[in-house]
Amino acid sequence: MAKSCKVSLDPAVCEMVEKAGRLEVETVWDRYQAMLPQCGFGETGLCCRHCLQGPCRIDPFGGEPKAGICGATADVIVARGLDRAIAAGGASHSGHAKHIAHTLKKAVRGKAPDYAIKDKAKLRKVAERLGIPTKGRSEAEIGLAVAEAALADFNEKATEAPVTWVATTVTEKRSKLLMERGLMPKGIDYEIADIMHRTHYGCDADPINLLQAGIRCSLTDFAGCHMGTDLSDILFGTPQPVVSEANLGVLKADMVNVAVHGHNPVLSEIIVAVAEEMKPEAKAAGAGGVNVVGICCTGNEVLMRHGIPSCTHSLSQEMALITGALDAVVMDYQCIMPSLATVAECMGTRLITTMETMKIPGAIHIPFAEERAKEIAREIIRHAIEAFTRRRGKPVDIPQNRSKVVAGFSAEAIINALSKLNADDPLKPLLDNIVAGNIRGVCLFCGCNNVKVPQDRNFVTMARRLLKENVLVLASGCGAGALMRHGFMDPASVDEMCGEGLKAVLTAIGEANGLGGPLPPVLHVGSCVDTSRAVALAVPLANRLGVDTDQLPVVASAPEATAEKAVAIGTWAVTLGIPTHVGVMLPVVGSRYVTQVLTDKVRDLTGGYFIVEPDPEPAGQKLLAAIDERRAGLGLNVPGGARR
Amino acid sequence: MKRKEIFVRYERCTGCRSCELACAVSHTAARNLFGALLGGERPQKRLYVDQVGRVKAPAVCRQCEEPPCVAVCITGAMHRREDGVNVVALPRCIGCWMCAMACPFGAVGRGEGKAVKCDRECLDEEGVPACVRACPTGALVFQTVEEFEAERRLAAAVSLR
Repeated sequence: MAKSCKVSLDPAVCEMVEKAGRLEVETVWDRYQAMLPQCGFGETGLCCRHCLQGPCRIDPFGGEPKAGICGATADVIVARGLDRAIAAGGASHSGHAKHIAHTLKKAVRGKAPDYAIKDKAKLRKVAERLGIPTKGRSEAEIGLAVAEAALADFNEKATEAPVTWVATTVTEKRSKLLMERGLMPKGIDYEIADIMHRTHYGCDADPINLLQAGIRCSLTDFAGCHMGTDLSDILFGTPQPVVSEANLGVLKADMVNVAVHGHNPVLSEIIVAVAEEMKPEAKAAGAGGVNVVGICCTGNEVLMRHGIPSCTHSLSQEMALITGALDAVVMDYQCIMPSLATVAECMGTRLITTMETMKIPGAIHIPFAEERAKEIAREIIRHAIEAFTRRRGKPVDIPQNRSKVVAGFSAEAIINALSKLNADDPLKPLLDNIVAGNIRGVCLFCGCNNVKVPQDRNFVTMARRLLKENVLVLASGCGAGALMRHGFMDPASVDEMCGEGLKAVLTAIGEANGLGGPLPPVLHVGSCVDTSRAVALAVPLANRLGVDTDQLPVVASAPEATAEKAVAIGTWAVTLGIPTHVGVMLPVVGSRYVTQVLTDKVRDLTGGYFIVEPDPEPAGQKLLAAIDERRAGLGLNVPGGARR
Repeated sequence: MKRKEIFVRYERCTGCRSCELACAVSHTAARNLFGALLGGERPQKRLYVDQVGRVKAPAVCRQCEEPPCVAVCITGAMHRREDGVNVVALPRCIGCWMCAMACPFGAVGRGEGKAVKCDRECLDEEGVPACVRACPTGALVFQTVEEFEAERRLAAAVSLR
């Protein structure tokens, strides 16, 4: 009988939460309970710690104190706090991209022999988009030029030639709008540093100017995401549909279970590459082989390129260890809870950190270097094999839950699938179905799980609603992780989950591609950096229609957002003109003015806006209304008649 | 059952003002922070955190058994409710502030020309006041005098060891 519980919709997680309780191993949900009540000043963004005269906090209800010690009002404090969250998000996603750019550079210079350019066509395509000459040049030369162009995007660039990974990846109209409105970033690191400067004690105190800088800075996150996707595809291949499985049931008691956890494929690709060749060593230790599984976004990266099963995501990362079957967790960076060290100690799992930017006391640190990638990966897997020998024969508790997943829908894969319906004009079938209303609109689910929401509840409730209403749903990051473990990426679910129009479209595309059935209800576009793939699909769609991205019936949602990266992604989605839902309260509610700008006034600037709605039912309704408004704007039919 | 009071363990107060905020929120129609803010409500807090030197001190109405504020109220607005909680009947309050002068703890506030004070209309489903529930350090506790004093005695005894 499937377990159920209050903290998660996933029965596998519930089973492990119960076990953790029995073993008295503390989990994220226990720590959340211990943290309650949370501070209302922090919740509303009214706490400022930017100088040593503070901390200051403002009465959210208009009483005293009305301003910080320096005189900063609620509006200023809230806007500054939001800006710093955006800058942190941008720094993380672009840091990830920078890492891959360095790897590409080392690879083409022959300094990292375990890496090579895998997708030459994409390399040329990206180079051409960036205006890098390709004719008569070798892949190594082009690769070096692309890597150097990527790294140059981090510096302060000339006003007329700003960050290329923004200027060349959005519509021409958007690029022009960003330039005219002072929203085009001059350089990735430049804008992030600019935010830290202007939010320092005694600098920018104009909330609107602060928000404008925050919007500009959010595009550094977009540039980082897009660059991360492009360069990963070049080095590791552009994803194509692949069949795999998701949830804790992918762990195998008699195998050496190694989880790759974190974000960057630079590490996880190599772990996957050497896992097979380590099979004899694993067998010698009494195991059937090495079973690599994914946790969080690096799991998405290897899922969509190699069909590596996804173990779990985000909030339930500790649960993978609670099974007792996980021999090692290999980590790079981002969204890795330090609590894993305690859980690992209880469960006998080896935790292995690999990056200078992320060490955890209690973990083994094995510094990763691209120059010796496979050698280091083998060393890491040997740790897992050793842990297995200690675990061998001991009982484990692996929940039986596994969902079938068809993943790997890069923009290229989607367009390729559409080309089977119309080889000359692949976007036409998609547009025709949008016009006819078989596809009402498109929604991208992204972002994290958040302990404040029963895990996956918002994703599942909203996706179910939108699919029934014939909205084409894409998912990235831990949003994809949430939906995949509930069967949303299994083509067999189409019949039950999708409205008639959408069902017909997914079936037509699936059959034209020889799948003998439909595409899955939700298309897996990849990791959180791969949120950029949704833009890579929306931009040609807008161009084909002769409109900008703020006119498309496209919406986005991070219904269980946690990370600052999600704040940054949400802000750039709004900057690209997308109505963007967030299902947890952003720490901005303490300023009525900032809240109003983000949910309404920003529309005049970018065409996009935030929808903040914690309840998934009305949230779904609001996204449908936003889609219908866009449809009406394009003169398309709206279900139930136009509302304006 | 013996009545519970809001006791202060001053040594635990960090001055975070979470109690003030929770008190204000509990007196809104929305009864939650985000709902109240988004709904434009402007509630008032009924307790106050002050700082003198390094001492941080939450001041909340002591709900006196023989309340001076009630004794001095000329219109009878300030009265003792059946449950023993001292409250203001706003329609009868004339804003003369006799109660404010009489209260030795400074627990009476001003709201739209009338007296505003702790009314214990903030209890959660377990009967705990909002300020106590919100206190992250246990500086505010909701106990009977007997319970509170028993703990004090134990603490004193432990210190003798």
